[in-house]
Amino acid sequence: MTGKPDIADPSSAGESKKEMRVRRIKHGTVIDHITAGQALNVLRILGISGTTNAVVSVAMNVPSGVLGFKDIVKVEDRELEEEEVDRISVIAPNATINIVRDFDVKEKYRVDLPERLEGVVKCANPNCISNTNEPVISKFTVNKKPVELRCIYCDHVISEGIAEHLI
Amino acid sequence: MLNHIISMRDFSRDEIDIILNKAKEFEPIARGKKSDLLSGKILATLFYEPSTRTRLSFETAMKRLVGDVIDLGSIESSSVAKGESLSDTIRVVGNYADAIVLRHPREGAARMAAEYSNVPIINAGDGAGHHPTQTLLDLYTIMRESNLLNLKIALVGDLKYGRTGHSLAYALSLYHADMTLISPKQLQMPDVIKKDLKRQGAIISETANIEDVVGDVDVLYVTRIQKERFPDPAEYQKVAGSYRVTEELLKNARDSLIIMHPLPRVDEIDPAVDRTRYARYFAQSFYGVPVRMALLAMAMEAA
Repeated sequence: MTGKPDIADPSSAGESKKEMRVRRIKHGTVIDHITAGQALNVLRILGISGTTNAVVSVAMNVPSGVLGFKDIVKVEDRELEEEEVDRISVIAPNATINIVRDFDVKEKYRVDLPERLEGVVKCANPNCISNTNEPVISKFTVNKKPVELRCIYCDHVISEGIAEHLI
Repeated sequence: MLNHIISMRDFSRDEIDIILNKAKEFEPIARGKKSDLLSGKILATLFYEPSTRTRLSFETAMKRLVGDVIDLGSIESSSVAKGESLSDTIRVVGNYADAIVLRHPREGAARMAAEYSNVPIINAGDGAGHHPTQTLLDLYTIMRESNLLNLKIALVGDLKYGRTGHSLAYALSLYHADMTLISPKQLQMPDVIKKDLKRQGAIISETANIEDVVGDVDVLYVTRIQKERFPDPAEYQKVAGSYRVTEELLKNARDSLIIMHPLPRVDEIDPAVDRTRYARYFAQSFYGVPVRMALLAMAMEAA
């Protein structure tokens, strides 16, 4: 790996400590392989704002063998809920989730974009019935490659700027 | 499962064929033969937007089968004016009627209504979204007056916003129709829909000139170009004029060509064309009755 400035979390990727840009975490979650540019949206999904007390590390535009460039987010003392992982999968379909306990990666999995999303994304069609005061939860069917969300009510397809429509 | 009719996307080709064949059985009744198939049944029509043909043909279909129709009356005098939600209205009316026909200005309204309704919902238009009974009557017209198999059809007019064109093109893709899309640049069919059609098996080409294809198609399906889509009235006049169907334009048409239009027309088709062998748009509006009879009977489980 000499000369390759990859900073994937060493606890998950077995990189040498010398190459670390961000320290290892004792407990928490490392979200790796986030689509470059989406780290701040991942923070938004996790409800992490400037006023948070959580210890959070963010790396952006890190060179990556598979993706070209990627973002990484580490959140200490927190393990993600399934619903949060579903939301992340919408904007970063290649992300991997590493659950760290006592400096060890106890679980590692790739996010899996569900076939159907409910209450996660708001329909981009302002005239859709799901954007009214009717008691209706937004629902989308999901095409994975490329990521396209089709509103089950109005058939509007969201394929770009999905993060802007997260609820 | 209730027999809701929400979008053409919910139907397979086999299911469409069943409906079209059923409509054929109802055609003599639509022409006046007696039947009391829906005697004792009540249809509620909830039209939150104006409609002539759709509402009247549903009412005709129901009444020719000796069923009854109730309606909201004017929106201003109904509970809707007091701010009642659609989901509440649907739950109330579902207790009175055996099926509900709904037209609503919001896309997806019928799909949501189906989630709340304990009787079948028939979508009669949801904003710029779907109008499946129109598509089914269009398919029926093609089946009766031309041929659904190996069909060559040209869709003319506003293919960007017009729901009729989208929905018909989607259904015809199930029959692997050869479709030519003819529209001015600013009203071309959206790419996302074209992609969808090709995925289904449609053969699609595009042109801006109606003259190029008129001699080569079985069906010329004309839709209205809406004036309000053009910021500049002069631009509208220019475009509308170049898509006008006239006797002159039809000089090279096949004998078997049929011309369809969902109506109302403004000036897309010269009235002189009405007298030609090609005109089928008034027959098409009649075919709405047997098709809606079939849908009502199937929704109410009487057929």
